[in-house]
Order: sequence, then structure tokens, then C-alpha cells
Amino acid sequence: MAMDQRLKEAEEKIASGGLEKYHEKNKEKGKMFVRERLEQLFDDNIDVEDAFFANNQDEGLPADGVVTGIGRINGEKVCVMANDSTVKAGSWGARTVEKIIRIQETALKLELPMLYLVDSAGARITDQVEMFPNRRGAGRIFHNQIKMSGRVPQICLLFGPSAAGGAYIPAFCDIVVMVDKNASMYLGSPRMAEKVIGEKVTLEEMGGANMHCSVSGCGDVLAESEEEAIRFARKYLSYFPSNFRQKPGVKDSVDPASFEKSINELIPENQNAPFDMYQLVDRLIDEDSFLEIKKKFAPELITGLARIGGKSVGVIANQPRAKGGVLFPDSADKAAKFMQLCDAFNIPLLFLADIPGFMIGTRVEQAGIIRHGAKMLAAMSEATVPKISVIVRKAYGAGLYAMAGPAFEPDACLALPSAQIAVMGPEAAVNAVYANKIAELPEEERPAFTKEKHEEYKENIDIYRLASEMVIDDIVQPDNLRNELMTRFDMYESKNTVFTERKHGVYPV
Amino acid sequence: MEIKASMAGNVWKMNVAEGAEVNEGDDVAILESMKMEIPIPAEKGGKVKEIKVAEGDFVNEGDVLAVLE
Repeated sequence: MAMDQRLKEAEEKIASGGLEKYHEKNKEKGKMFVRERLEQLFDDNIDVEDAFFANNQDEGLPADGVVTGIGRINGEKVCVMANDSTVKAGSWGARTVEKIIRIQETALKLELPMLYLVDSAGARITDQVEMFPNRRGAGRIFHNQIKMSGRVPQICLLFGPSAAGGAYIPAFCDIVVMVDKNASMYLGSPRMAEKVIGEKVTLEEMGGANMHCSVSGCGDVLAESEEEAIRFARKYLSYFPSNFRQKPGVKDSVDPASFEKSINELIPENQNAPFDMYQLVDRLIDEDSFLEIKKKFAPELITGLARIGGKSVGVIANQPRAKGGVLFPDSADKAAKFMQLCDAFNIPLLFLADIPGFMIGTRVEQAGIIRHGAKMLAAMSEATVPKISVIVRKAYGAGLYAMAGPAFEPDACLALPSAQIAVMGPEAAVNAVYANKIAELPEEERPAFTKEKHEEYKENIDIYRLASEMVIDDIVQPDNLRNELMTRFDMYESKNTVFTERKHGVYPV
Repeated sequence: MEIKASMAGNVWKMNVAEGAEVNEGDDVAILESMKMEIPIPAEKGGKVKEIKVAEGDFVNEGDVLAVLE
């Protein structure tokens, strides 16, 4: 056979992946072939592929079940590893692991984002000595991920299972997109759970995409289909620079969508009544620029990427419509990771505060709300990107601190005219101070007394008084808030500070 | 389908009675917690089969407020 003919045939064979029956099986589940996924992901296709011939001496293991290389998304270069589940269910052999490690090293060397398209049954037990324990065994993949974290964006698209050790690939990524029904993550399968601990449970319940995106928080985005997951990744990357040394790209400024109700009309006068914070977010950001992260998890706090005047911003907003906008252990966790993500890649932070405080009660104390809250405060404190805190309606107690209150060096703490800042709200405060006095009063005198004290309290924390004390930097007309934010973020752009010098903090986790 | 309390608090208002029809997104109950009104919407529509709590009751996160069918 002519040499070029041999090469051509080998190439065709490897590029076609595993046996036809596995392709069919994948199709039935709505799963694309790995090379189709890559075609959709990249502007064009994968431009550079390495170790295409890995393990070619074994007929049944084309490319050793993983594609690795470099391509372009939105014109920018990114590195990728993508499991081929038609090859031994995407399991990892020695060369699979070596390929993944090499592309990670490339991403680090070139300082390019790293994408992990995961669809793998886990380790090939038959190859365990070669792929598991040694210096360049699977553990090195995770070690590399940890080293890469904060240097380059790391994104995981989960198309299928990610089992046992493999579940740590998503765990160390900045963001995990899970395809509903097909994606799963677990340390031990339901079969193993039944054998080892006697628990009978379904895969969906224990490690399904919906569970992880709404209960455990291990997943960030739930996608209906693979196409949707890929579209998300392409959009997500548009908010980021390629690495921590660069700033995110700037797009043309787009006006917010138009709405009937003004911001003033949106915010209820009654501090205790719910309103929908998404409506405020939409009035401040460029139209269609909101990319929400962890929408289904801890909905009392909204986190998402957006653009204001064409520039990337990370939005952290209390949602009074869900759980009163109170902070819980899960919402504190969610906020901490999101702030670290934005800070790592030079995306300024916008805080929209409408918060009664951190939750109290036995349930949350036992869940460690103090240390989870501390984690949020630590991440917020350490973020050195431009930070603007807007007190929309109220910021009580540690809620003020968590939402980048004045003590935490925001570049500005702004207030809408509706804002209240206090250790606690009027009702709670009057009760705390005058409970005994109220109890002593004849019942008919109590409402008038309480009302009088409420008024006194409100005067004491009047926003103009706080502005006079320079607690806040400005009171802003609600309908001018977007312009104010645009101008300020623009002014703060040259900010370049180091939080403090040390090896690293001892983080509350 | 069970309608559960999203957080600990007092049942301030039950907006529906047994036998009533609710639509997805309708607030079935309003809790009072942390001095805030906490609406509890129905995730899916249905007919109220049973109300499990009375106004003024303390409920913990996850407690069932009402059952829809």
C-alpha cells in the first residue's frame, strides 16, 4: 500500500471513532459524536489536534477515546479536551490521561482558556496501574486544574456521566454546564451505593443534572440539549479575557430593553413587600446581555454576567421575591465562588443590595451559616476589581457587609432614595430596645407608642443623615442609576491594587 | 404535589382554601420571616387537596404547607 494511502485510511478510521452501534446508541439519547460537538463549539473546527494517533496499535481505541487540541471561539484561541463516548464509553486509559495532561500544559503555557467536554465512564480498570497512581496519572489532571484555576478560564460541558474520580474535573472548573437527562456526576453509582451502603436510589436523584443544578450546586447551568450547552459556552467566553493578565473584550454599548414601569414604580415603598430583582437588573444592563449562573440554585441571590455600556460586569443581587432575599449558607457559597470568578478575570462587580440579613434559626446555625457567611465576606473583601455597591432598598446587619458595604473598600457605595441602612429593620429594632416597656404599657397605648418609636428610628437612619455622615458616597435618582454606573465603572477602570502581601489567607470554608 | 415552605417562619396568610384551583406561579401562601413577606408560589397548577397548616403556625424549611392534585 502506498504510504499516503495508509495514512489516509488510518486517519479516516480514527476520525470515525468507535463502533457504529455506539454511535447509534448515542444518537438515541440525543448525544452528538465528539467531532460534531467540536465543530459546533469552534468558529470553524479544531485547528490543531495532537496525539490523534494515540494508541493506534490497538484497533478498538481510536485516539484513545479523547480529542485534544486548539481551536477558536469568537475569534479567540481556546484549548479543549473532549471525551469520545463511542470508544469504551469514553473511559480513561494511560494515553487518554497523558493527552489530557498535555493539553492542560499547553493551555497553561499559552495562557489560553481550557474547555473540558466530558462524557466518560471513568478509569479503565484494566489500565489502572498505568493511568491511576503515578506522577502523570489521573491525579495530575486535577493538580493541573487547581494550578490553572484563576490563570485561565476553565469550563466544563457535561454531556454524559462524570463518575468517581472523573467527577473532580467539573469540580475544579469555573463553571459546569450540564445537559438535562444525559449528564450526571457522582462518586459512587447507584449500583455501588446499593452494594456498599445499602441505599436504593435513582441516578437522577443522586447525581442527575437537575439535582446538581438546583440542590448540590455542583452544576451551574442546566441545558436542555447539547446544542444549548455549546451555545452557552460560546456566549460565556465572550465576557472573559483569555487569561488573568488581560481585560475582557469590549462590545458596542446597547440600551436596556424598554419597560413600562420606571425603577421608582418597581420598588415597593413597604420595605417588607417582595419585588422582582430581575426587573431592576434588566433596567440597568445592556439589552439581552444577562447570562445567569446558578439560576436554579439558591435563588434568593442572583449572580450573572452582564454588560453595562458594552463592558463585562458581574452582577450580585439579592432577590426579595425568593426567601425574602435573605442570605443562606448556599447563597453565601454561590456568591463567594462567583466573586472569585469575576475577580480572577478582571470583571468588575456590581452589588444590588436589598437584604434583611443572614438567616437565623437552628437549621442554618447547624448548617454553619457563620462560616459560610464568612466565606462570602472573605471573597468579597479580597476582590480587587472595581466594586460598586448599590443599596436599592435596605441593607440590614451583616447583609450590608456581605453586599460590599462601605467598610469593605468598594470604590463607591451608592444609595437609591428608598434605601435604609441599619443594624436591623425598624420593627425588629423597636422590639429589641422597647420590648419590656411595651409590655408594661396598657394594651390600647401600645400601637401609638410603637408607631412613634418606628418613626423616630426611621429618622435616625434616614438616608440623608447617612449621606451627611459620608456613609454612602451618593444618593442617585433611580432612573439615572445606569448612567451613574457606566460613568463610575469607566472612571475606576485603571484600578490596579493588590489586596495584601502574603502567601495566602486561611480561608473560612 | 406538595407545596413546601422555602424557609423557616410563620404562616402569615393562606391564599387558597381546600378545593380551590391554582395556576403555576400563583402564591399559595405567604410566610412572614425575617420581617419579610415570603410568597410561596405553586411550581405547577392543580387543585388544592389539603391544607396542612394554619395561619400563625411556625414552619421549618421543607415543611409541607398544602398538597395539590
